[in-house]
Amino acid sequence: MSEETARPPGQHEPGQRPRTPVLEPGYTYGSVTDKISAITLSRRTPLGWWIGFGLAFLLVMMLFFAIAYLLAVGIGVWGVNIPVAWGFAIVNFVWWIGIGHAGTLISAILLLMRQQWRTSINRFAEAMTLFAVACAGLFPVLHLGRPWFFYWLIPYPNTMGIWPQFRSPLVWDFFAVSTYGTVSLLFWYIGLIPDLATLRDRSQSRVGRAIYGILAMGWRGAARHWHRYEMAYLLLAGLATPLVVSVHSIVSFDFAVAQLPGWHSTIFPPYFVAGAIFSGFAMVLTIAIPVRAAYHLEDFITLRHLRNMALILLATGLIVGYGYGMETFMAWYSGNGYETFMQRNRMLGPYAPMYWLMLACNVLVPQVLWFRRVRSSVPLLFVIALIVNAGMWMERFVIVVTSLHRDFLPSSWGMYYPTIWDWATFIGTIGLFVALLFLFLRFLPMISIFEMRELVSETEGGEAASQAPRTTA
Amino acid sequence: MSTPSAPIPRPLYGLVAEFATPEELLEATRRARSAGYRRLEAYTPFPVHGLAEALDFHQTHIPLVVLLGGIAGGVGGYFLQYWINVLDYPLNVGGRPLHSWPAFIPVTFELTILIAALAAVFGMLALNGLPMPYHPLFNVPRFALVTRDRFFLCIEARDPKFDRIETRHFLESVAAYDITEVEP
Repeated sequence: MSEETARPPGQHEPGQRPRTPVLEPGYTYGSVTDKISAITLSRRTPLGWWIGFGLAFLLVMMLFFAIAYLLAVGIGVWGVNIPVAWGFAIVNFVWWIGIGHAGTLISAILLLMRQQWRTSINRFAEAMTLFAVACAGLFPVLHLGRPWFFYWLIPYPNTMGIWPQFRSPLVWDFFAVSTYGTVSLLFWYIGLIPDLATLRDRSQSRVGRAIYGILAMGWRGAARHWHRYEMAYLLLAGLATPLVVSVHSIVSFDFAVAQLPGWHSTIFPPYFVAGAIFSGFAMVLTIAIPVRAAYHLEDFITLRHLRNMALILLATGLIVGYGYGMETFMAWYSGNGYETFMQRNRMLGPYAPMYWLMLACNVLVPQVLWFRRVRSSVPLLFVIALIVNAGMWMERFVIVVTSLHRDFLPSSWGMYYPTIWDWATFIGTIGLFVALLFLFLRFLPMISIFEMRELVSETEGGEAASQAPRTTA
Repeated sequence: MSTPSAPIPRPLYGLVAEFATPEELLEATRRARSAGYRRLEAYTPFPVHGLAEALDFHQTHIPLVVLLGGIAGGVGGYFLQYWINVLDYPLNVGGRPLHSWPAFIPVTFELTILIAALAAVFGMLALNGLPMPYHPLFNVPRFALVTRDRFFLCIEARDPKFDRIETRHFLESVAAYDITEVEP
């Protein structure tokens, strides 16, 4: 790793352009620490934070109101009915859980692949995962009809003398999502411990020292502790990697195990995982671009990070495009009348605009990322990321609704129209996500400080050493 | 606990020396080991490679703990489903076999990961003795810099070779930046 960065710039690029560093030069252990922890420890909360958090908080209140109304009146307040029994709830569930996947990918898979550029984005990508999973987890529970009995999914000895049915993908889903949420939380917290110790030692306020001190659990950077810590972190990354692949695979089983045309397909697991990474990276870009501008973190989250993420977006977008192509091809190649009809209905039926918009957002638009000039333009990347976020939401809508609304018997066809409560719940979870993100940015270090110090020691080498004063006995 | 020849005014946890760079700390640690000190600990703001080896600390036991957690989760997870769906609460779903093992794999897999991850985290914390609300080093004001940009080496008083004066001389000889006595 250090060898690569020690090379003269421009080594990897075919042209003569200098290679953008993962960390702008001139930083020392002290200055990275001060710069990142100052955001959290500053007593002054920026006005923009209050405005952003305030708006998000209003949406959270709307979410609570929508949930309360749903609990009071019943599932009928949503637009779901037979045949479309899975409406916005499942669309949003799959969308949110997919968004979370990029966080785990950045923190675990890129760690195992020793990709140095992950360092400055992994912390908030992990936070994004956690908040996205929190939003995702709400939907299947609310969709249960009697959400207050959600704990019946847990196998526990009960007075009813019954047990869950482990041959059902919905039970697998419960285990997958709850494991994913737990492991993401552990991974995030473990990564935070050394930084919480930094905040404990640097906080000026009594309350701050007490809270960060409790959370840091007495971390003092002992060499033996670091040794065990690194081993545990590496193993967690190794565990999280197959986990993240399994989670969206299991989510796709919810569909693929059913015998409905449009769902019953073996391409679903890989196609869902690729789609999850695609939408997740779009969300990381959506968050990273405004945050780096607002907190002046351009030295830490450099253009190199954004370009690399744009490349991942392009690659996974192509896989998703292949998935769409394969679905259409198989509908024709299978010779199955229902399959063919389903595909034609997607393309030309009442929800056709959704389908074509989805193709435009997820397949057409990302192709501009082939151009380096586009990948280097921060505003364009932000717009593309937003388009992909919307496109991936539409993909889930197409999969859920167009497959259900016209299945085998024309007598049982129907239309699905979301109600205002569907929208309130969906937009409310966006508010919840943003509000949690704002709290995170204010109270926890959004960039892993100790890993940045490590990056300084790897990139600057002995520079810090030569500047440091020395005394000899 | 050895008794040094000099009178001890107050009990001591050890002597802590401060360094400016990881290289200096690494060198000092190696020299302390070769000078015969055994009760040593180095403190750094980020993981420094080679430091654990310099302290002769190799076995972390973490991989074993994680492996055992994973095995417990996997075996336990499969058995849980087998016992529920085959033995305690058999449910005929379309005439399919009760012990339909492929359907049990996803939950088995998830529980393997879950228990292994819990073992990794709680195993690491337990082996490191965390949470630890009090530690003598927190009494040293400069030690707060260990989470910023300073590197520390502590030779503990329970080291058989520890001597208040001798050890201080030794630490001065390895070019420590600042040497402080740590009260317990």
